[in-house]
Formats: sequence, structure tokens, C-alpha cells
Amino acid sequence: MGEKLPKVPGDPDTLSRPMRTLRVKMVLLGASGVGKSSLALRFCKDEFRRTSPTVGCAYLTQAVHLREVTLRFEIWDTAGEEKYHSVTPLYYRGAHAALLVYDISKRDTFIRAQVWLRELEKQYFSGSTVLWLVGNKGDLEQHRQVSAQEGQSLANDRGLFFTETSALSGDQVEQLLLGVAHRVCECVGAQQGALSEWKETPHVDLCHRNTFNRFASCCKVGP
Amino acid sequence: MERDNHQVGETEGVKICDPPCESNPPADTLATSLSLLGNHMFPYPLETKHRSAVKEEPADSLSDVTAEEESLDGEPHSHQVTPLETEETESSECQNNVSSQQLDIENEDTATDNERSDSGEFVVTMLAKAKLEEQGLGVKGGSSPLLEAETQEPPAFMSHRDEDVTADSWRQHRKHVFVLSEAGKPIYSRYGSEEALSSTMGVMMALVSFVQSGDNIIRSIYSDGHTVVFLQKGPLVLVCVSSSRQTEKQLRGELLYVYYQIISMLTQASISRIFEHKKNYDLRRLLAGSEKILDGLLNLVDSDPSFLLVAVQCLPLASSLRDNISQILQKAITPNLVFSILIANNQLLTIVQEKTVIEDSRLEPADIHLLLNLIGASSAFQAGEIWTPICLPLFNPDCYFYAYISYLDPPECTVCLLLLSTDKEAFYAVAECKRKIEEAMMAQNSLSLIAKVQSYSVSQVGVSDLRHFMYKPFDVPDTYQQLTQFTSPEMEAPYSSEEEKMRLLDLYRYMHSRIHSTSRPLKLIYHVAERETLLAWVTSKFELYTCFSPLVTKACAITAITKLLRWIKKEEDRLFIRYPPKYSTTPNPSKSSRGGKSDQQDSTDNGFLSLL
Repeated sequence: MGEKLPKVPGDPDTLSRPMRTLRVKMVLLGASGVGKSSLALRFCKDEFRRTSPTVGCAYLTQAVHLREVTLRFEIWDTAGEEKYHSVTPLYYRGAHAALLVYDISKRDTFIRAQVWLRELEKQYFSGSTVLWLVGNKGDLEQHRQVSAQEGQSLANDRGLFFTETSALSGDQVEQLLLGVAHRVCECVGAQQGALSEWKETPHVDLCHRNTFNRFASCCKVGP
Repeated sequence: MERDNHQVGETEGVKICDPPCESNPPADTLATSLSLLGNHMFPYPLETKHRSAVKEEPADSLSDVTAEEESLDGEPHSHQVTPLETEETESSECQNNVSSQQLDIENEDTATDNERSDSGEFVVTMLAKAKLEEQGLGVKGGSSPLLEAETQEPPAFMSHRDEDVTADSWRQHRKHVFVLSEAGKPIYSRYGSEEALSSTMGVMMALVSFVQSGDNIIRSIYSDGHTVVFLQKGPLVLVCVSSSRQTEKQLRGELLYVYYQIISMLTQASISRIFEHKKNYDLRRLLAGSEKILDGLLNLVDSDPSFLLVAVQCLPLASSLRDNISQILQKAITPNLVFSILIANNQLLTIVQEKTVIEDSRLEPADIHLLLNLIGASSAFQAGEIWTPICLPLFNPDCYFYAYISYLDPPECTVCLLLLSTDKEAFYAVAECKRKIEEAMMAQNSLSLIAKVQSYSVSQVGVSDLRHFMYKPFDVPDTYQQLTQFTSPEMEAPYSSEEEKMRLLDLYRYMHSRIHSTSRPLKLIYHVAERETLLAWVTSKFELYTCFSPLVTKACAITAITKLLRWIKKEEDRLFIRYPPKYSTTPNPSKSSRGGKSDQQDSTDNGFLSLL
């Protein structure tokens, strides 16, 4: 449904190339221990490992192929610990999609997700960023503290998308990423040039500086 | 002075009964000895209560306790405290709380000679009391804590964090480390949860402030089998309770590492700010998720001689290969990049430094140790590229660098690249440096060459009786900016098991303490131990620790060392990073040697400003 991609007028390559690859910055936010890194690992490698607490922020990439376009997700998996909160804006600034992750078996993480939501709302006007509420650890049904309805109604109230996942079993994880991909194309892609194109760096010449500027420019993407 | 004497006495004792600590009968656990000692020292109020409590227990366990108490009777005065408050008898709230009767006793007893041991007794009683309270008994409690402890064994699957702090096994840990705030709030404990230990930590703080109120600083407490070392750094108090034979100086050095690791995550400035703002702040909120890093550090401190020698060990590598790799790092730069470090199997491969940065101050080994520990303690790095703020406390305790960390050889994850920038916005630029490095290393096949490299065996030296050594060259003026390094072969049989490795390290620690003794430093020490012979030697050019088979003669050992020194000289280029390469990434355009930088700098500046 979201596969119709807005054309980026300024880009001469649009028509000449059959499949474009666009860069999408996605950030994972939430309390510590809710499974952000596990989700990221599922997205990228479709595996599950016990992870240690993330230090700062981990950066991973994953391509998602839609019918007309390939999205190269640049996933910023932030650390949930409080000591990193002061630097988190560094990671979520300019994000096209933000996943607000909580653990369905821990109510305080649900509250934490809402705190993140308020912080994001201060930074963005809706529409420029796809906000997605994710109730993770769906495999812990017997310890559930936050009902699916609660998550859904919060999402409805605040205009978020909502999914419950399990990084452990992989349930709904792929669907989530696909969903985000479609929404990003709809919401963000509609704005001119909101997504920059990504090209495989063909051959790295150590003295060639141009590649730098292109990469660096993405840091400035804002609403 | 008296303390030094005591220390020397202790080490002498150690020397006489040289068999390693494992072979000694297990020392009384801290709480056991302390609580018993407390009762012993202050017989009237405490002991009677305690005794009556014990009497309620079955007879067999009672005999147990008395036996232990008797064993202590023999050496009640081995307990000493280094802090020197003078007016101990001045009324103190704590003491009054303990017992007014006890105060009287002390007044009677207090003679000038006794002052020290009195304060020690006080300290020990306080600790003992805390232990009792922790076990939910209080001093007036119904059953003996000693008996209760014996019946409890923690299940094997529990992590250190979940350990039962009332269990015997908890007390038998070789080295406990506690971190608390000035308000007495627990921040970190190596074993057991901080919550469960809050009253113990409260007592530790009471000790610190009690001694402080007399314009003094508590430094250490010696009891038979345990050394308690205190270190106060800003609003943090660090305490080590060790049954290892390490000296107070060495233990304090280890506590300093713990402090630095905390600083590396939070910076000194922000810790001071937090506690200025709110004295009883719970710093665990900010350290959540970092316990593993501190646990990892303490394990490394125990098992890696780099911390003892305050030097970095680099992976032995043909100098041509190391130079090639350095050149690759040297070329892959971006503005504000200050350090490029390549690590393989937790050992340094090469380090390239920014010229102007390093002119002002050099990179301390301790900062590298903290970085290596951070990488080793976090498996998360294997998942992707990391971008994290990190402070190098010896370089600048108040500022953050931004570290880019990525493994170059997934999924094996042995070769790790670490790029440090001063610009928090520089992720993409720095990540691009990594791609250049990766490609260049691929082109030169460096990764597969590195994969073949291993640490070396002592047999390569070709000296028959030599089992192991550690060699640390000193700075010579013209290479002042060089990183302090040391070299050491793999620990091989008979030091291949963990216990034997630890035993050898303990012997080295002992030799180190003798060489670096503050009261009586030594240049050369030849030490015949039960299962090996050690020789340590310090000159103006190097510090050397060697371990020989037990049958070596002194003359033989000296010849061996001459051969060893000759071998090291020959292999110098392979064993050490001789001339650390440099690059220039100064953001100042007038200084920059490369074009196209000013653009980059502008964009990052904008990014930075928008954050403010």
C-alpha cells in the first residue's frame, strides 16, 4: 500500500535507474532492558542472543526491499541507561522513524516510553517522523503487566502506530520493519528530498573527500 | 612509622611461610572474625548479649563458636588501624549508641599506647555490628549469625549480583570492592546486591566520617587475614576488603582504577555537580548497566599484570607489518580525530595519535586499560558500530571524547578498531575512516596476517631455567611521548591453570611491593619460594621480574637474565611500539595540511551549535 514512492525531482537518477536505494534513519528508544538491541539484532541478522547493556549507541544497517524502492535502514540502537540520556538527542535528531520500545511485562518501561514520547513531541511536529510504539517481549504473556489494549489506546490517542513483538521468538519483528518502511515512504517520502539516496561507495580513494561531505550532510537533517 | 613496621612484619611473615595462600587454612571470614573480635574486645555489653544468644542454640554449634573465639584469643592485638584519631575518648554519638558502658571501659583503658588499637577496636566493632544487623539480628538478636551463615549455600547458577550476602561463601571472596557516596548510599559492590549491603556501607561511611571529624583520614584497617583499604575521591568513597597478600598501596591503586572507570563513564565534573546539587543522590541510577564493566575491570585487575605495572602490553608483531597498519590508520583521518587504536585479542596492535593533542599531554596506560576493559566487557560491540561518549580520566577527567568502536573481522570479532574524536557529530565521518581502514587492510591482507600472530612463548628466549618474565622499559628522554609498555610471554606450564596463574601473579605482586616499598625500596631481590625462584631487578632503564625453576642457582639466574636482556634487545622492534606514529587533524584551517577540511568543520560546527 505504501509502495508508491514520491519522486525526488532534483535527482537525475530517478528515472534512469530501476531501483533506488534511499537512506532511512531509524532510532530505537526506551528504558534499559526492554530489548532494543535484541530487536535491532532481529532486524539485521534475524537471530537472538543474550546481549549486554548497550554502550552509548550501536549503529546497524539493514536493507528493506519494497516494490519500487529499496530502503537502507540506518538503525540507531540507543542505550536505555539514564547516564546516556543527555547524549540521546545526538542519536534521534533527524530520524525518519522512531520506535518507542517497552517491555509488556514491566509497567514502568511503558511509562518510560511515554516520557520518551513527550520528549520527541517537543522536538518534532508529527508527520515528519514515523513514531511507532512497540510492546516487546510478547513471549512473556504470563507476566504481562501492560495489556495490548492499553498500548493500542495510547497509540490511538497520540497518533502512533502500534505493534507487539517478541525479539526472542521473532514474532512480528519482520512485519514491524516492513510496516515502518511503508509508513516512512508515505509520511516522510512525501516531502521533497527528505530521504537522501544511498550509493555503495564504489572504490574508496583515501584522498577523495567528496564522500565525506555527503555522509556528513545527513547529520543536519531536521524537520 | 608504626604502620610501616607492621607492614614489613606482615610481609616478612609472608616470606617465611611462603606456600601460597591457597594452601593455608582458610582465614576466618571477615564478618566472623570481626564479630568475634568485637565481642572479645568489648566483653561486657556485647559479649553477654551474644553469649546468651548463642546459648539458645544447640550444644554442638556452641562448641563451634567457642572454639573460634579461643583461636582468636591468641592474637587479639594483631588488629590495627592506620588512621590516627587522637581523642578517641571524646564523646561520639556512635560510641554512645553502641553502649555507654563500653565508653567507660575505654576510658579506663585508654593509655597513650593503646590509642591506636582502641580506634581499631571501635572500627572493628562497628563493622561487626553492621554484619549482625544485616543478618536481621541486630546485636540483641535471637540466634547466632555465625550458625545461620553456615547453613546457607547460594545456588550455583546465581550471578555475583544475586549472591546471598549472609552466606559464608560471600565472606570468603578474596577481594571485595565497595563504592559508596559520602551520604553512605551504596553505589557498587563487587559481590552481592547493593541493597542488601546498605547497612554495611552505612557503617563504612560512619567510619570515614568519624575519623574525618577528628581532622584525619582513614586509610586502612589490618586484621588477621584481611586488609581493609579506604579511598576517598571527591564525593565517592571506595573500600576494598581483601584477603589477598597485596599491600595497601597496591590495593589503593586498584581502587583508583575503579574510580577512574566510573569517571570514564560519567566524568568527574558531572559527579561533583550531581552531589553538590543533591547530597543523597543514588548514583546507581546513572551507573545502571555498567556493573558488568566494573566487574570486568576487577577481574582484569586480578588477572592481568598490566594494572600492577601500569603499562600496556602490545601484541608482538613484525615491525614491517605494524608499520604498514600504522600507515593505514595514519591516512584514514577526519577533522577532530585524536586517537586511532587497533586492538587484537585485547592487546594493542598499534596506536596513532594526533600531533598537537599529544604534545600537551600523553596518553596514560591507565586510560588505555579502561578502554580495553570497556571493549572486553561489552559484547554489544559485536552487533554493530558503536558511537559513545567516553572520558579518559587521566587525559582529562572532565571532558568526553566520542569513541567509535567496531570489529573489523565479524563474526570472529578479534580485531577491534577504536577511533576517538572530540566531535560528537562526527559519527559518519569517523565511520568512513573505518571503511577506508577496512579496505586498505583488505588490500594488504593485513587481517589474515594479524590472525596468525600470537603471544610468544618463553622457550623462544632459549634460557633453560627461565619460566616466565615481565619486562618494562622505562622512558628515556627522547621518547618521552611514548606509551609506557611492558612485555611478557604467555604463562605456560606449570602456570597454565587459573590457580597457578594467580599464584604466580601473587608472587609478582609480592616482589613488586618489596621493590616499590615506601619505607625500604629495593633495587634487586632474589626470592627463593617453595616452588620457584624469583628475581626482580630495577635499574634506571627497566624494571624486570623473572621466574625460574626452583633449583636454579643465583649465579645461574644472573647469567640467564643477561641472556634474556640480550634477547629482548634483539626483539625490541617486534615486542614494543617503538615510535608511535602521529597524524594531524587540527581543525584550525591554518594548521591543517589537507584540503577540503574547512567545509567539513563548518558543517559539524553547525550541528554542534544546534544542539546547544
